[in-house]
Amino acid sequence: MMKKLKTFRGGLHPSEHKEQTAHLAIEDCPLPEELVIPLSQHIGAPAEACVAKGERVAKGQLIGRARGFVSVPVHASTSGEVLAVEARPHPSGKLLPAVVLRPDGEDAWGEAPASVADYRELGAEELCERIRAAGVVGLGGAAFPTHVKLSPPPEKPIHTLLINGVECEPYLTADHRLMLEETARLLAGIDILRRALGARRVCIGIEANKPDAIARLEEACRGTDVEVATLAVKYPQGAEKQLISALVGREVPSGGLPMDLGVVVQNVGTAAAVADAVLAGKPLIERVTTLTGSALARPGNLRVRIGTPLRHLVAWRGGLTGELAKILCGGPMMGAAQLSLDVPVVRGTSGVLLLREGDVELRRESACIRCGRCVRACPSFLMPTTIAAYARLERFEAAEQFRAMDCIECGCCTYICPAAIPLVQAVRHAKLAILARRRKL
Amino acid sequence: MLEAILSIGGIGLTAAVALGLAAKKFAVEVDPRELAVLEALPGANCGACGFPGCGGFAKALVEGKANPNACTPGGQATVERIAHILGVAATAADPQVAVVLCQGDNPRAALKYRYLGMADCNAAQRIAEGPKQCPGGCLGLGSCVRACPFSAIEITGEGLAVISRELCTGCTRCVAACPRGVIRMTPLAATVHVLCNSHDKGAQVRKYCAVGCIACHICAKTVPGAYVVEDFLARVDYEHRDQAGAAVEKCPTHCIRDFAQGYPPGSSFAAPTVPVAGKSAA
Repeated sequence: MMKKLKTFRGGLHPSEHKEQTAHLAIEDCPLPEELVIPLSQHIGAPAEACVAKGERVAKGQLIGRARGFVSVPVHASTSGEVLAVEARPHPSGKLLPAVVLRPDGEDAWGEAPASVADYRELGAEELCERIRAAGVVGLGGAAFPTHVKLSPPPEKPIHTLLINGVECEPYLTADHRLMLEETARLLAGIDILRRALGARRVCIGIEANKPDAIARLEEACRGTDVEVATLAVKYPQGAEKQLISALVGREVPSGGLPMDLGVVVQNVGTAAAVADAVLAGKPLIERVTTLTGSALARPGNLRVRIGTPLRHLVAWRGGLTGELAKILCGGPMMGAAQLSLDVPVVRGTSGVLLLREGDVELRRESACIRCGRCVRACPSFLMPTTIAAYARLERFEAAEQFRAMDCIECGCCTYICPAAIPLVQAVRHAKLAILARRRKL
Repeated sequence: MLEAILSIGGIGLTAAVALGLAAKKFAVEVDPRELAVLEALPGANCGACGFPGCGGFAKALVEGKANPNACTPGGQATVERIAHILGVAATAADPQVAVVLCQGDNPRAALKYRYLGMADCNAAQRIAEGPKQCPGGCLGLGSCVRACPFSAIEITGEGLAVISRELCTGCTRCVAACPRGVIRMTPLAATVHVLCNSHDKGAQVRKYCAVGCIACHICAKTVPGAYVVEDFLARVDYEHRDQAGAAVEKCPTHCIRDFAQGYPPGSSFAAPTVPVAGKSAA
């Protein structure tokens, strides 16, 4: 007898395309000739460079100091020489300050990372500080500093920790492989996160299209109170608010945060990075990412040092097949298009998607036919077409009344629109204009 | 039948009396000069004067809080009419027009990426700082066209904004709408302009634009004083605008244009036969 799987309202199910890489074990990517480590890899204030040109750095050495609370430090991904501290192409499409490093090939740690005998003896504050000092950010893609999420104000106690193993973006399989191959590290990280928060309930949410990962985690969690929940296969199941809706059955209020419900959501990759940070004292200098797409000779799931240029990844995987039409950092739904392969893998790079000419649909926008498909698909219960129309007319106060700020930019509306209207872009345009106006007031 | 006529007629009569009384009792005193001034203004409510529309400006004028020449769209004729109504001296305003300092349309300026998004320059500018390789060039998506209350701006078939010197009233709305600062206010009397807005070095400009300023200084050497080259970009010193024309032919990339000779290629605007005619001649 099939039980109805938990899920949220709205959303859609794009073709998954995960078969290219879902079965491939994580491989270590060799070091490139040059690492470009941006100082801005997280939401919040960029780090401040604390090394200079010509300096030798050790693996894991601090190269960028955090500025302010919502900021994290940046570390050298390997040992080597600092070639420059200058503006370099960044996945955001801009030229942003980065530390350029030439690896010396020794890949030597500086002082041996301080490991801890038993993290259970550490207090929540000390756990948080270790996580912050290691530069851990949300590895699901948004790159929000993890220690900020772990420091809720005292009037908002956290009772539930949700672990996001959904990976609902098409093509991406990095989290899937991580759950299968690094179960122990993941569970250690989850236990640390739960202690740091004092959460009573812990639940790992996984989409039903990863039965092997579900079985592995259920097996590993047997006898503990960590729940493993199977979720319906639907995009954006892995979005924070939608995951909470599915697993807790409550909506995060408009303008509010999950902590308003006493909930914190962390990605599986983040949990694994937390385990490294606390147990081994290892900073976040590498991540697992999926390199895939029709333009790639050999797709795969790779463990990549932060700062590795995409060009190096592609060359290592046998180069390109056919003419490259589109480079995306992240998945096809929310990923950001890139100008060239010169951008580096950063902490938020959950995947790299390379598509061939002919596989990218270039549709010209036409008029809205008022079919309402975007309204039905919107997981935030918005009317994207109305907000977009107001954005076009620059009537941003009206867009705000229609709750433009509640948009999570998941891309469902643009995906489903038969008229190819760039709805997300229009809503984002409105959001930025609303924020600019709020700052002015 | 009769009842209906009487009752409807009665309601009408009562309402008429009530309205008549209300009009007397709640009448608003308006300075007759304010109405006269409002009638003399162009009525575009463009906001160029800095007041909320023509009504706000008329009120400020009557109260002596504004100078008649603040209405740039009205031109000299309007200034004189308002001065006459208010009994003050008309001080001439230097009439201004907006100019798009770019000729890099699609065949001449290289793109950074294919853009199929919202037809809005501000939205496009937010994606990797615009689809053009040039950091300052016109994006041609028409945000200025929509901002212009006088239909003075067109986008050519090759994606370049061009502003009509006849229709532009100098209200500066387009300047505020442009995310790249490529539109500049210039004296109407100056017809020669360096049509480039890139501060990149010459070698780089050459890579992405066929008609960009490469800061070679030839213009400044040809007519010393009429051109200033700053931060790898030449501009006309409008104080010495009369001599600037001599360098138009010398510019190796043809980025200096004399609008008296015609608009950039692709524009449907007819070349101004007499420079600086403008609307003030009307």
